[in-house]
Amino acid sequence: MEDTTLSLILFSGTDDKLGAAAILATGAAAMGRPVNLFLQYWALDAFRRSKIAADHGVAAEAGAYGASLVKQGQAGERHWSELLRQAKDIGDVRIHACALSMELFGIDKGDLDPLVDDVEGVAAFMNDATAGPIAFI
Amino acid sequence: MTITELAPTKTIDARGMACPGPLLNLIGAIRQGQVGDIIEVISGDAGSKTDIPAWVAKAKHEMVKIVEEPTFARFIVRKAR
Repeated sequence: MEDTTLSLILFSGTDDKLGAAAILATGAAAMGRPVNLFLQYWALDAFRRSKIAADHGVAAEAGAYGASLVKQGQAGERHWSELLRQAKDIGDVRIHACALSMELFGIDKGDLDPLVDDVEGVAAFMNDATAGPIAFI
Repeated sequence: MTITELAPTKTIDARGMACPGPLLNLIGAIRQGQVGDIIEVISGDAGSKTDIPAWVAKAKHEMVKIVEEPTFARFIVRKAR
């Protein structure tokens, strides 16, 4: 099979969704597929240097039971930011911040964790995403 | 193959580590190792049973053996290149 690029648009900023996205990205990177991540809205907010290690909660559908499960699970797991660092270490993983969301928050590249490679417009992201599937998380 | 030939160069005990941790540890050990090294990964993670053989085949190393134990499995991998 072709090693097509996996493109993920990260929109949600909760730890469960970011964790799921980090696992998908790491799996693709381990299997030699290029990974192209685009951070929008609340996901971008979670990648701020000042916030990345904070508790970002879980998605509303988790409910109280789900939230406690995720918390228990996180105790034995690597944080999603650490997983993404490892994914970048073992493979070709590029993390782009959406230029429009950057404007919304009034932040610049220096406000973001160094995991983020650059700030990019949506057309540039789509240009990199032509070689494979896109998922929105 | 004798026991001596299977003696691991390095053993990684990844029990208690969640998916994809054991695989990441294997990748790290293979990268640091020499061609011909035998790496043993001990993992209780269910994902390892599919992920480690898939990665080993994709990365063109050799899946020497998988030893199933009641609560974990031992994955014996030879660095082939």
